[in-house]
Amino acid sequence: MAKSASSPRPSRPARTGRPARSTRTGRRSPLASVALLVVGLLATGGAYAMFTTAASAEEGGNASIATADKENGEKLFQANCATCHGSNGEGTNQAPTLLGVGAASVDFQVGTGRMPMAVQGPQAERKPPQFTDEQTKDLAAYIASLAPGPDIPADEYLTGKGDVTEGAELFRINCAMCHNVAGAGGALTEGKFAPSLKGVSAAHIYEAMITGPQNMPVFNDQNISPEDKANIIAYLTYLDEHASPGGLDLGDLGPVSEGLFVWIFALGSIVAITVWLTAKSN
Amino acid sequence: MTTTAPAPATRPADAEQQPSRGTRFTSWAANYVDERTSMSGLVKELGRKIFPDHWSFMLGEVALYSFVVILLSGSFLTFFFQASMAEVEYDGSYVPLKGLEMSAAMQSALNISFDIRGGLLIRQIHHWAALLFVAAIGLHMLRVFFTGAFRKPREVNWVVGFLLFVLAMAEGFTGYSLPDDLLSGNGLRIIDGMVKGVPFFGTWISYLLFGGEFPGTQIVGRLYTLHILLLPAILVALLGVHMLLLIVNKHTQFAGPGRTNDNVVGSPIMPVFAAKAGGFFFIVFGVIALVAATVTINPIWNYGPYDPSPVSAGTQPDWYIGFADGALRLVPPGWEFMIGPYTVSMNILVPILVLLVFLALVAVYPFFEAWITNDKREHHIADRPRNAPARTAIGAAGVTFYAGLWSAASSDLIATHFKLSIESVTHVIQALTILGPIVAFFVTKRICLALQKKDREIALHGFESGRIVRLPGGEYIEVHEQLSEYERWRLVSYEEYRPVMVRPDARGRISQGAKMRSAISGWFFEDRIAPVTNKELEEGSHGHH
Repeated sequence: MAKSASSPRPSRPARTGRPARSTRTGRRSPLASVALLVVGLLATGGAYAMFTTAASAEEGGNASIATADKENGEKLFQANCATCHGSNGEGTNQAPTLLGVGAASVDFQVGTGRMPMAVQGPQAERKPPQFTDEQTKDLAAYIASLAPGPDIPADEYLTGKGDVTEGAELFRINCAMCHNVAGAGGALTEGKFAPSLKGVSAAHIYEAMITGPQNMPVFNDQNISPEDKANIIAYLTYLDEHASPGGLDLGDLGPVSEGLFVWIFALGSIVAITVWLTAKSN
Repeated sequence: MTTTAPAPATRPADAEQQPSRGTRFTSWAANYVDERTSMSGLVKELGRKIFPDHWSFMLGEVALYSFVVILLSGSFLTFFFQASMAEVEYDGSYVPLKGLEMSAAMQSALNISFDIRGGLLIRQIHHWAALLFVAAIGLHMLRVFFTGAFRKPREVNWVVGFLLFVLAMAEGFTGYSLPDDLLSGNGLRIIDGMVKGVPFFGTWISYLLFGGEFPGTQIVGRLYTLHILLLPAILVALLGVHMLLLIVNKHTQFAGPGRTNDNVVGSPIMPVFAAKAGGFFFIVFGVIALVAATVTINPIWNYGPYDPSPVSAGTQPDWYIGFADGALRLVPPGWEFMIGPYTVSMNILVPILVLLVFLALVAVYPFFEAWITNDKREHHIADRPRNAPARTAIGAAGVTFYAGLWSAASSDLIATHFKLSIESVTHVIQALTILGPIVAFFVTKRICLALQKKDREIALHGFESGRIVRLPGGEYIEVHEQLSEYERWRLVSYEEYRPVMVRPDARGRISQGAKMRSAISGWFFEDRIAPVTNKELEEGSHGHH
């Protein structure tokens, strides 16, 4: 060992020489593939985001239920919904009856993409809607013709204008315990959840209040008057239109995201600086 | 600081060279101050205090500097905050609250946010700095723990530091409760519930605290007094003691050539460290200001004024109280029972007890370890965590336990963001909180021992170089690259503890305590890797074939 211990010196340049040579060959930089990957991911992600926003922009259009084609609605129903909801909408052991749910319920469930469900789960999730606005209204007209139920709300309540203070107060008292004060959503039992209300159209919020989809209770007109519903919508519209005055909102999730932020980014960057400050100069 | 800077500067001034006007002025000023305060002795002592260079030694500084930021921004906030629960009607700039009845405290907090120039920035600086303060204290404590820097003579300073940690949490919680928004009111309601959960006295204490039935009209004023007067006064006093003891005990350092138990190697306060630290203060301040200028914290305008009826989804305390909230969330249902007309709320008492025991264990650990090792010597060389496997494993178990409680406080957000059911999240965290520390203990201990073995191997035989040499006799050997003396030092210089033997005391008796110590010490040090001795090193370097 004594002999070999003294000899490693000459071996050094040979080992360090190899990487030095490879950088000089003018070959593609090792970062090139990473860059390509990033570009590819950004392109796909961007395209997907554009597609989904384009899809959700369609919802809540102006097609009216009065002019809707009930026959077309029935065809669509038989082709897409009857398997679970029964051929007359009477319900099966897979899915509830649609008699009496009204046009509002159909417009909400189908218009937000929750129905038809993609997969059985704790809760139907929002996704890009499968039907156009016109088809949705046709479906709604058909279901409404089976039995009376809550109708699609009148446009006067959907303007997003109203008493914001009143709406905010009502929202905090009636909605915030599940949907969070800023409408960011929250957890319910057994994997169910109250979804985020960001970017949800006024019509869908109103319809959700009067029909109580999934785990949501019904807020009928005796409980919260149509004007107050409009006020709540006005508050949510205000939140959507005004970014947080304090800067990034961290998802409006409260102290948990603030705590993670302070540990990861604030303390993280400060620790990085301490390492830099005490690094030995070579 | 400015008056002390010239002191070393006067020394090298040569008699032959005429001192410049600036030098003459600083000499005069230094002399003026010294003749009136006799400060030179102190400066000589303090100015030569040495700070070793390692990034982890700067974490305490981060805590100190964020505390300074908190003091500065907090003073600004007191100019405008009204600690009153008098009902007023909000008439400020934030539209969704206009015309709403609220307390004067909430109104003034909103005015600070929207109607006072720079108010929102300062409020966010104050709050972010507070979160950073406690986080930096936590990391600093972990550094001290895992390097054994709490050993004699620093046990007392560990306790002082622990008290500072508790005070910081108390400061944070009282501050969190001041704006009287929905979130802070819900937080107080939980505290109220915990107080009321204490048998017999609970209700009385709650009424005393809130000046009547919760929420009353007193609590904000009372918390304000605690937040800006009593707690900061104690905190600053203890901070002084902490720093004083730091100077008296000197700094620990990691082992290295020329670094012994009797010296400290590094930069002296004057002038190198003072300049670095001064700059570092502004870096910490800068990071806090950057975060506060770009990221919202505690949007009280979303929460609205406190009203006992609504509770928002995702209502959590600030991160440092999270472990207490998590402990409450982890309790399985049905623990409360009745004795006669009294409800015994074990669902509240058990978490309170667990938290108190956990904090107490943190506080007394240095004394516990001193007792186990029966080591009365002073230690100024910081341990590498792997060289104290049992301690490191205990620390890892503690961190795992804390992390379990902590993550439980965000169980609802874990459920929504990872698409899980909140029940299974709770059950998994319950299991992790109880079993996790045990697993963490054994895994960490084994990892430490393995790392020690690796160090020992490298110290004795060096690194495998991958170079095969054929000897004249035809034998092939792989050349091992030996470490330099300098590198090896780090690997071989640590102390080895052995289990303490049971020995009869002066009166020839074996006390129960001695038996217990021997048992625990056996558990601590039974598995150990002996440090490389000089003899082994010599044998190693003269060929071991």
